[in-house]
Formats: sequence, structure tokens, C-alpha cells
Amino acid sequence: MEYLSIVFQEVYKILFLLVPVLVSVAMIVWLDRRVWAFVQKRQGPNVVGPFGLLQSLADALKYIFKEIIIPSSSNKVIFILAPIVTMTLALIAWAVIPFSATQVLADINVGILYLFAVSSLGVYGIIMGGWASNSKYPFLGAIRSAAQMVSYEVSIGVIIINVLLCVGSLNLNDIVIAQQNMWFVIPLFPMFVIFFISALAETNRPPFDLPEAEAELVAGYQTEYSGMMYAMFWLGEYANILLMCAMGAILFLGGWMSPIDVYPFTLVPGALWLILKILLLFILFALVKAIVPRYRYDQLMRLGWKVFLPLSLIWVVLTASYLFYFNLLPVN
Amino acid sequence: MIAHAIFFYTFSIIAVVSAIMVTASKNTVHSVFFLILDFISISCLFIMIGAEFLGMIMLIVYVGAVAVLFLFVVMMLNVAQQKNQWFAGQSTSKHIPVGLIISTLIFFEIIIVIGGWKYKPEIFDINNSLANTSVSNTHSLGQILYTDYIHVFQISGMILLVAMIGAIVLTFRQRSGVKRQSYINQISRERAEGVEVLEVQSNKGVKIDD
Repeated sequence: MEYLSIVFQEVYKILFLLVPVLVSVAMIVWLDRRVWAFVQKRQGPNVVGPFGLLQSLADALKYIFKEIIIPSSSNKVIFILAPIVTMTLALIAWAVIPFSATQVLADINVGILYLFAVSSLGVYGIIMGGWASNSKYPFLGAIRSAAQMVSYEVSIGVIIINVLLCVGSLNLNDIVIAQQNMWFVIPLFPMFVIFFISALAETNRPPFDLPEAEAELVAGYQTEYSGMMYAMFWLGEYANILLMCAMGAILFLGGWMSPIDVYPFTLVPGALWLILKILLLFILFALVKAIVPRYRYDQLMRLGWKVFLPLSLIWVVLTASYLFYFNLLPVN
Repeated sequence: MIAHAIFFYTFSIIAVVSAIMVTASKNTVHSVFFLILDFISISCLFIMIGAEFLGMIMLIVYVGAVAVLFLFVVMMLNVAQQKNQWFAGQSTSKHIPVGLIISTLIFFEIIIVIGGWKYKPEIFDINNSLANTSVSNTHSLGQILYTDYIHVFQISGMILLVAMIGAIVLTFRQRSGVKRQSYINQISRERAEGVEVLEVQSNKGVKIDD
């Protein structure tokens, strides 16, 4: 009986986290399309509901009622598993995101490593989907995305080391609290820029959307998918984008901390500040999509390995030497 | 305690079964997927015994990077296999002696480890005394790795670096006749070098490309 009550309590907490995440994923798709449209002097989706807010709901209904086509020469088990893997990985990472000092589902010691691990597993959904489709374009898309995500993970990992050097803990709440006096975006600004661009590449957003470059690869690894399975890939992708924004907000923008520690601002709950910061980063993501042309593949690889990796490594040495020289290394 | 036992047996059964399936499945891509499942369940076991740093690093390094490269190679191999008769002509029987030697070696190693643990428990007490429960596992790992074992740690890094350079040297080939872009040349180009404004007289035209 005791176990059951614990299980129910946890399930309740998980639902309370996942349902808002899923709803906000749907809303964020609408926001993405609106921002994209406004940059190009269009209206974007504005018909369904007020300001077109219910557009995503209408799209979801459309996907549910569409037929799911499974190609006869595909590897069926892996073909069906691929969108499930993408979706699951995008959602389980939210377990460690702290919305305030106490509002966190799992306050684990190695929170940032968990986030990094889950985001690096995200590549499997794409590889599985691309390979199981047994078709040329998805396969090419999968190979591209595997190489791309592995390359940019390296620089994201080194950037995380930069932040961890200043914090001295892998716990996400400790990272947020360490930014009490100054957000890490100020001393580590170049790292924030590199993190932002690497996050674009990690989530296959334009200008690095080569795995699904429609001009070359039809729709890349999603070519053979239809109906709800396609929608799951799509939701997983946007949940991953939100997750990378949350990661950026926690690592550099002070997480749930209010920007200035004075009276009216401290009344606002931490979760709201985190959401605002995530939204700010997401709008930047959407703006980049609208204004930057797509990279060529060799340029993408060059940027990852020859520019970002050396830069962030040099910055690690700089940060470490600075902290060591001025005796600022965190000790606990 | 019972929940702990249930989780332990679930993860270990998944680990053992998927390890068997890695060698047993016919499709090489499926083998790699089972290998990934094996890595994941082993990292879950690591987390269960409290070694959360090792478990996460296992996920990041093995599942997130190494297995992706495995999958990459195996998928490419499958494409090559369909095109190339070289793979079909290879008989598997000549790998058996090598495999047997390696597996007997591993078998004896395991016997020695388990035997030592069973009959000489004091060997393992030395390792246990190092563990300090007051700091987190990541801190204690760092305190041991960067103080007592710093040289071993550095040497293993050097070996990896040498292996990487070796692999690059072995596979590198200079191709001739490849046009390469030079970013510096492209960016440092002035308008005067690229554009020339000409007065064109009517019915005369201009000569370009001379």
C-alpha cells in the first residue's frame, strides 16, 4: 500500500510536468511559425482560434486521422520504434530541469550530465528512422545527422565544462544558485554564443537543418513517415529545441533566478522567470530560422571542428587559469 | 529493498540477454542496437550501486558517441556488402581459433577475479578504504584520479592521442585535382579585383575572358 501511494504521488508529479510541456510544445510550434512569418512580412497562421492559437491543435487532429503508412521493405519494428524513441528522449530530460529551488522532479547530483546524455541519445531516433525506412534519402539524412550531432556535442560538452569550472558542482540547482551575483552570460559571453549556435546544430534547426534539407533530401529521415508517426518526430524535435533553450537558460541566464534581486521582481515565481528566459531564447531560435541561409555540409563540419572546438578549448584554459590565479576556484 | 531487487534483476536480465543477442542476431545493425541496449542497462546498474558519474559517462561516451560510430560503420558495411562479392566469399570458420583463444583468456581472467574475491577478501578491502562517503562520488573520483593516479591518467590520454594520430595517418590520402575553398582569400577579396565597370559602345560589344 505504501509503495502504491508513493507511485501515485510520483505519477501525479510527472503528469503535472509533462502535460504543460506537451501543451507548450504545441504552442511553441505556433509561435515559431508566427515569428517566422512576421520577419518575412506575412501573417502566419491566424485563422483557427484567437490569433491562430489553436492552429497546432487543428494540425494535431489532422495528423491523428491520417493513415500511417509503413513501407513494405522497411524494417518494421525499428521503423515504429524510431519516433517513439525521439519523443521519449525529448520528454524524459525534463525530469531534472529545476523550476525553482524546490520545484524539481529529480534533484540528482549529476543533473547536467544527465541532460547532456539524453540530448546525445537523441541522435538514435533519427538514425533508426533513417535506416529502417530502407530508402536512399532517409539514409543519407540519417548519416548526415549522426555526423553532425556527434561533432557539435563535443563543443557543447566543452562549453559545459567552462560553466562547471565556475560552479564546482554538476547539480542543476547549484548551477543556478552560483549565478546569484552575476549570470554566466556576462563573463562567458563568447561561450554563450557558441552554445547557442551549437544548440541550433544539435537540434537540426536552420541554418544547420541538413538532415532534412528539403532541397536536396526531400524531407531527410522523415521522408517515409506519415500521420501520427511523423507528428511524433515533429513534437520530439520541438521538445528538444525547448530543452536546449532551457539548458541555455540554466547554464547562462540564471535559470529560475530573477534578473535583479529587488522587491517586486522577487515576488514573481521562479518557474515564470525560467519560462520567460526559455521563450526569449526560443524567439532567437525562430529569428535565426527566418534570416539565415542554409550551410553547406563541409562548411558545417569545418565550423564545428575547426572553429568551435579550438575556441571553446582555449576558453576552458583561460577560465581555469583565471579562476586559479585569482583563487576563485569553487571549493566545497 | 524489494523494489531495489526487482530493478536490479530487470536491468541485469536485459543486460545479459542483449549481450547474447549481440552475437546471436543475424543482422549486424540489430547487433549494434542490442549493444546499445546492453550499454544502457549497464549504466542503469552503475547508477543503482551509487556510481552515478560512471553511469552517466558510460551513457555519454559509449552510447552517445562510440555506438553511433559503430552504427555508422555497420550501416556503411551493409551497403558495401550488397554491392561487393568480397564479403560473400569469406568463410567464418577461420575466425573460430582466434575467438576461442580470446574467450578462454577472458574466462580465466574472470575466474581469477572471482576466485580472489572469494578466497582473499583483503585484496579488495584496500580499494574499499579509498571510498569516502562524505563527498559525492564525482568529487571522490576526481580526488583520486587527479592526485594518486595522475600519471596513469595522463599516460592513458597520451596513448589515446597516439592512437588517434595513427588512425588519421593510416587513412589519410592526398587527393590531387581537388579544388579547395580558401576562406581567407574569399573574404579578403576587394571589390576592385572582382568587378570592372566598362563603357560599352553600341554595336561593338566588349571582349571578356582574354
